[in-house]
Amino acid sequence: MITLGFVYVLAGLTFALFALLGAMDRSNPKRLGNAAFWGLLALSMLGGGYLGDFGNGLLVLALVAIAGTGQIGRAPSGDITADVQAERAAKHGPFLLFVALIIPAAALAGTFLFKWLPGLADPKQATLISLALGVLIALAVGMARLKPPLLLPAQQGRRLLDSVGWAAILPQMLASLGAVFALAGVGEVVGDLIGTAIPQGSLFGAVLAFALGMALFTMVMGNAFAAFPVMLAAVGMPLLIKQYGGDPAVVAAIGMLAGFCGTLMTPMAANFNLVPAALLELKNPYGVIKAQIGTALPLLAVNIVFIWIFAF
Amino acid sequence: MLVLIGILFIIAGFVLRFNPLLVIMASALATGLAAGLDIAAIIAAFGKAFNDTRYVSIIWIVLPVIGLLEAYGLQQHARTLIGRMKGATLGRLLTGYLLLRQGMAAIGLTSVAGHAQTVRPLVAPMAEAAAEAANPALTDDQREEVKAHAAATDNIGLFFGEDIFLAIGSILLMKGVLEGYGYQIEPLHFSLWAIPTAIAAFLIHGFRLRRLDRRMAAKTEAAA
Repeated sequence: MITLGFVYVLAGLTFALFALLGAMDRSNPKRLGNAAFWGLLALSMLGGGYLGDFGNGLLVLALVAIAGTGQIGRAPSGDITADVQAERAAKHGPFLLFVALIIPAAALAGTFLFKWLPGLADPKQATLISLALGVLIALAVGMARLKPPLLLPAQQGRRLLDSVGWAAILPQMLASLGAVFALAGVGEVVGDLIGTAIPQGSLFGAVLAFALGMALFTMVMGNAFAAFPVMLAAVGMPLLIKQYGGDPAVVAAIGMLAGFCGTLMTPMAANFNLVPAALLELKNPYGVIKAQIGTALPLLAVNIVFIWIFAF
Repeated sequence: MLVLIGILFIIAGFVLRFNPLLVIMASALATGLAAGLDIAAIIAAFGKAFNDTRYVSIIWIVLPVIGLLEAYGLQQHARTLIGRMKGATLGRLLTGYLLLRQGMAAIGLTSVAGHAQTVRPLVAPMAEAAAEAANPALTDDQREEVKAHAAATDNIGLFFGEDIFLAIGSILLMKGVLEGYGYQIEPLHFSLWAIPTAIAAFLIHGFRLRRLDRRMAAKTEAAA
């Protein structure tokens, strides 16, 4: 049966290849830093299960040391010129689109297939496994027809990853920080603080505190999942559900979505907000957040009104 | 109260624009120390969590495919396609993608699209081409804004679609937490109550995309 372990091996080999190609790129003055960074990430993917908790912690410290001292950077150029790309696009255009769509199509098909045919792949990880298989299929199909130099996909992939840089592991780092926060009991303390700040006797005040608390705490943690149990315990359960008799399904469901409005407005949700800015090579790292605030704020207001109307 | 020092570190770190990886590590150490953990225990806890969340970083395996296709002109082709479609304005394109993303997420297909898989190779260049078709004198800042909106539309479609799906993580979390308080609630109830917000998100963001479209096009007339 195919498990997530297969995807980790694939990712480990990809990062290892990026590290090797990075080390050989003499046009990049920071090539050794890049190679060490992607090499450590390869080690984590391939051998993270054998390193032990402390070993993994040291690996993270090394990653942070490399990135934090400015040891990684991208090579100045080497990109294929726009003219050449336009000429090739005219020749291969529809085929390129077809290959690009193989990955989402495989993720889609595999998700259903692996659920109907249990035993082939871990059903809980069906989409991620299908995505990885889609990458392999797309690569094979693309290579067969376009016949590029063997290492071209890896070289171009490495250039893309170098342009994302250390932001590539930011989401994983923030998720890990969340675990340390949980261990230290940060959530309970914030919940107590918000719980004491609510005006007594006002239903709308309590709804407001709950929804705003969800959004704000999500912005701090970068994740509505971390905010939900805390805000429910501090405000949702004792006030909205127990004291005012609100419908728990409405309070929970729309409260969670109020949290998602917070996710749109915080750099802590790096995989949604900072990584795409890097991937699209935007000058402003907060450009995506800027584009989202205009939707997030009115939608948060709508959610507050929805809880107030639908739950009571 | 002292454990909140980590949050201060994070806010100060982002505001002062220190390297976020350093800020995160400093915040973890400060929080752990404030909670009375020793340094080795904090490093081990962080390492365990990092190893447990490796799946977050596996999305980068799509880059060799994207790199190959882009080297052969995928972005240019995406632009050409938009050029050929007569009614394909920036607003319509992104609103269509918003609907598609919400719809797919609502049936549980969250990883089918995304910033690496679809936004960078397809949606962003298409959006840029559509904006350029309406305004050939598009400035670099406007280009940035259009690309940022392509990514924003992906996020909004995902967030306000996925909670309609029964078996998504957040619904299971809500069910689990409420069970802890003695409330047995079917996942379907959470799903249904996600629908009003999903509609509101579509209307609000769709309206903003229309305005973005007009703003980008209006400057053409001013320039012409």
